[in-house]
Amino acid sequence: MANVFSRLGGWITERSPGLMPMYRKHMSEYYAPKNFNLWYYFGSLAFLVLVSQIVTGIFLTMNYNPSAAGAFDSVQYIMRDVEWGWLIRYMHSTGASLFFIVVFLHMFRGIIYGSYKKPRELVWLLGMLIFLVLMAEAFMGYVLPWGNMSFWGAKVIISLFGTIPVIGGHLVDWIMGDFLPGDATLNRFFALHVIALPLVLLLLVVLHLAALHEVGSNNPDGVEIKKGPKGNRWSPLAPADGIPFHPYYTVKDLFGVGFFLLIAAFIIFFAPTLGGWFLEHDNSIRANNLVTPSEIKPVWYFTSFYGIVRVMPAFLGTAVWGVLTMFAAIAVLFLFPWIDRGQVKSIRYRGTGFKVGLGVFVLAFIGLGSLGAGVTDKVFPEWFGDVDLATWDNNFGRLMILLYFGFFVFLWAYTHFGWEKTKPVPDRVTMHD
Amino acid sequence: MGNEVVDHGRRRFLTAATAVVGGVGVVAAAVPFIKSWEPSARAKAAGAPVTQSLKKIELGQQLIVSWRSLPIFIVNRTKQQLAALPGQDPRLVDPKSDGSSSAQQPKYAQNEARSIKPEWLVMIGICTHLGCVPTYVGEMKPEPFDPNWQGGYYCPCHHSRYDMAGRVYKDVPAPKNMVIPPYHYVDDMTVQIGVNPKEAS
Repeated sequence: MANVFSRLGGWITERSPGLMPMYRKHMSEYYAPKNFNLWYYFGSLAFLVLVSQIVTGIFLTMNYNPSAAGAFDSVQYIMRDVEWGWLIRYMHSTGASLFFIVVFLHMFRGIIYGSYKKPRELVWLLGMLIFLVLMAEAFMGYVLPWGNMSFWGAKVIISLFGTIPVIGGHLVDWIMGDFLPGDATLNRFFALHVIALPLVLLLLVVLHLAALHEVGSNNPDGVEIKKGPKGNRWSPLAPADGIPFHPYYTVKDLFGVGFFLLIAAFIIFFAPTLGGWFLEHDNSIRANNLVTPSEIKPVWYFTSFYGIVRVMPAFLGTAVWGVLTMFAAIAVLFLFPWIDRGQVKSIRYRGTGFKVGLGVFVLAFIGLGSLGAGVTDKVFPEWFGDVDLATWDNNFGRLMILLYFGFFVFLWAYTHFGWEKTKPVPDRVTMHD
Repeated sequence: MGNEVVDHGRRRFLTAATAVVGGVGVVAAAVPFIKSWEPSARAKAAGAPVTQSLKKIELGQQLIVSWRSLPIFIVNRTKQQLAALPGQDPRLVDPKSDGSSSAQQPKYAQNEARSIKPEWLVMIGICTHLGCVPTYVGEMKPEPFDPNWQGGYYCPCHHSRYDMAGRVYKDVPAPKNMVIPPYHYVDDMTVQIGVNPKEAS
């Protein structure tokens, strides 16, 4: 029997010369630094969620009806009548939020350990593209259930393009395929959400990994193991501080998967809406083009960017500034590798200014998020009594925008003019034997 | 074949010319796909005028009707609401609707009350910021968003504010006054939305 399998394996290998080398290059002989910590779970977890979203998504399409007349009812049908339909939908809706949680943490890992720095700029850029496509994918998926929040979310986000001078109005009609979000809009979003964007996403993930494996993984010490001594247990040429991805990190990641699935299962079974944070209450109401929900807010992962749009005033007769600032907030992330001129990668050996600046940046991001989610509307009156809410929101939001972009200005000056006082970086990862 | 010398200039020209022709072909082939996203003939045709009687709209009340799938606000404005309009001018972006908002209404509605008859407001209820439907807050009493509120519209999405004539306040995200659609009076208490007075006669 074993003979049959090995002969079959040989038969395939002879006819597909790339398979075994590929397995060796990316799994059994991909030497990753041996000092990965908790932060290094989130890349593999993001991949896990991607697979889960694709599988649950395929099964949802089997009962979903992409039309303005039928979409809302078909989602209710999935929730009530399709066997286990509720589970598949809650896996998909919870998966969307968890996707952003692990991606945000994955990006934050890249920032604290300087994983975007030379020679990994391309890995960062491809990752940012994944983030961008993921946002488009999430937005379009959010529109599909055709609840009232879906409808008005679609209207507001598409109208962002309407603020562009001259072509804006026509551009909005072109995106919607109608003068309001309707059948045409829903159908094209469905096509993009289930076919076009997932294909792009998968391609980008492959490129992201290929680019990473070309230069090798960074690590919590920000030390290049390829520049360190050679020779480990498996190969005299491999970096001494590297261990093969398989089985060492596949097993480590499996532990992370177990832990992650435990949390995911808890949310899916006990709190699938998470108090309105993962699934908004207004989206259980059918889309109504004449009534805007009393409080429009996007799902939590967009609230930081939404907060920016909310507080930027119109001037010179156009409202394009909020939109420009929002896109700039994303674009500036792409430029991380070139704004940060510092040579030291890991936060372990970086100056106090970087740590404080990064802390301020995170607070600004969360501050904008709480503004966009309407949290400040509730807590400001509680904390400060009877205040002029609009002015407070505007001033708070504009301060947060200033801090958000201020971090990048500071980071550039701090590293460009050599103000950063770094600690000495060790020659090898701190965990070597 | 017999010619040993490669004419590099000719080769470059042919490569470039092929690439350009191919590029034009790709652009041309993309046109149908891009144009397929335009509103279809059916979507464009669904825009017939709407007729609405004003008889049952009480003082200070707002009725919302649908025209081209857009919400149309019809408000029976009170004397107090109308009287408060001129006082708002200093706080507005374009009180006379002759600046940035000059294209937001037909000529016959380019006045202080932005209407044909002062008491009847007929307006497309779409915020000029990002297209939400602003909430009608007609009562003249202090509101959390404005202690000096004289009645008007408040947008739940990004907190833009308008007065009782749909004129936008300063320092909000929305840049322009809300749009007044073409409309005319069929008789004293009936309006038709979507047709100008001249076209109707």
